[in-house]
Amino acid sequence: MKNSHEKVEKNVGLFFLFTVFAISIGGLVEITPLFFQKELATPVDNLKPYTALQMEGRDIYIREGCSNCHSQMIRPFRAETERYGHYSVAGEHVWEHPFLWGSKRTGPDLARVGGRYSDDWHIAHLTDPRSVVPESNMPAYNWLNTNTLDGEITGKKLETFNFLTRNRSHKDENGKAIPLYTQAEIDGAKDAVKGKTEMSALIAYLQSLGHALK
Amino acid sequence: MSSFWNIWVWVLTLGSLVGCFLILRMCLKNFAGVEEGESMGHTFDGIEELNNPLPKWWSTFFLLTIVWAFGYIALYGLGNWTGLLGWKSSNQGILNLAESKAKTLEYLSKDSGVLVQYDREVAAADAKFGPIFEAYAARSIEDLATDGEALKVGQRLFIQNCSQCHGSDAHGTTGFPNLADKDWLYGGTPEVIKETIMNGRIAAGMMAWEGALGGDQGVKEVAAYVISLSGRSVDPDLAKAGKAKFALCAGCHGPDGQGSLALGLPMGAPNLTDNIWLYGGSKRVIEESIRNGRAGVMPPWKDILGEEKVHLISAYVYSLSQD
Repeated sequence: MKNSHEKVEKNVGLFFLFTVFAISIGGLVEITPLFFQKELATPVDNLKPYTALQMEGRDIYIREGCSNCHSQMIRPFRAETERYGHYSVAGEHVWEHPFLWGSKRTGPDLARVGGRYSDDWHIAHLTDPRSVVPESNMPAYNWLNTNTLDGEITGKKLETFNFLTRNRSHKDENGKAIPLYTQAEIDGAKDAVKGKTEMSALIAYLQSLGHALK
Repeated sequence: MSSFWNIWVWVLTLGSLVGCFLILRMCLKNFAGVEEGESMGHTFDGIEELNNPLPKWWSTFFLLTIVWAFGYIALYGLGNWTGLLGWKSSNQGILNLAESKAKTLEYLSKDSGVLVQYDREVAAADAKFGPIFEAYAARSIEDLATDGEALKVGQRLFIQNCSQCHGSDAHGTTGFPNLADKDWLYGGTPEVIKETIMNGRIAAGMMAWEGALGGDQGVKEVAAYVISLSGRSVDPDLAKAGKAKFALCAGCHGPDGQGSLALGLPMGAPNLTDNIWLYGGSKRVIEESIRNGRAGVMPPWKDILGEEKVHLISAYVYSLSQD
């Protein structure tokens, strides 16, 4: 065999192709098969779709960047499950678009925060975190108390989620997919959220987290 | 995993390992037609390329990583094969808690051949700490409240789970009750404290009274009367008018405002005569409470902490108001 690596070294295009091939192997082995796993497309038995208000709250959670400091992914370590509850399972997250697992915990994990604190506590905490947790370094989100929702595109959001989760929703006894939202829910979404504060939407979302695994 | 994806994983993984080995072997041979250590025949900026072989230490380590990979696969598995250890980090594909428990029990049995790391970790901790909590659970809350060791455990659990609302010293803050005094909404006996933590207190709360009291003036009158109950000076005319309207409040707070606990009622309406204020005792805040109502909620902890831990926290909370 001749000195063939000269060919690769002197041909940028070929070198690029080989590099892409080499890098892609890891992803092809570890990521691609996951797209076709049944357990990653099957919701846990008790998974319920977000209500219109919770859906708006979720978008506020995304807008304010909560997932930059709070994860929603309890790992299977005793040290974590003692504090947060049962570790997160795939079926709890199959309807998430995008998923909000996060990767950094400046604050605690929120995967099962629903029901741990009262609504009053959340209002006090989001308005001024230091009023209830003196050592907290979380920013205050007091504008959530005054910003209100108009609900103009809330129905659209529910409709979009029907589309995104069409292959992963619960099935009825005949094996037919049950869409997340009925037409009546989509039509009523605007009235369900209109005039409510962003605070109430965000708290509705937070209180909904983590109840699906029962 | 279906057999297609199982084969996919095996072929790509083993293929790339073998591929790495073949490329390494090829690169260890001299194809250049130039003696080792001699010039390759070009220089750039005074730097001459010599035909040097790959460093021996480097190629040896490369080979070792390939050997390591095979050893790792043999122990921890690949695709659907769980490997010689039968190792898994946690149970996958769980759809409800009953399923999770069943899988844990199945794999913890000795002959299952599967080693679920998380379940082993929890079982080991239960074997170590379980008897301690069990022994505490068998003792009464009054007894535990005099046991320094038990109180230390209870305090740690309290700080971890309860301090966010009630404060790390349990003295509470605006809207979240002080647990270290003798003023209780639902009762301070060991049984009631435990009941409160286990099942929470999700009462209907106090309704907004502005409408029923005939608007702003009514609110001001009742507020004046409520303030006078703890011996503070108020406009006597306002208080007198408020007293007449207080009949509406007496259903929960009692005819003399001494609170629902004094009447043996379960709604957690505070005593208004002791000058202890959950939401603040200023005229403005009292008027706000009457105008808009209040709805404090204590979440239930039974499912999150389990009864044994709640028992210890109850002992800690109970001990705070004992002299």
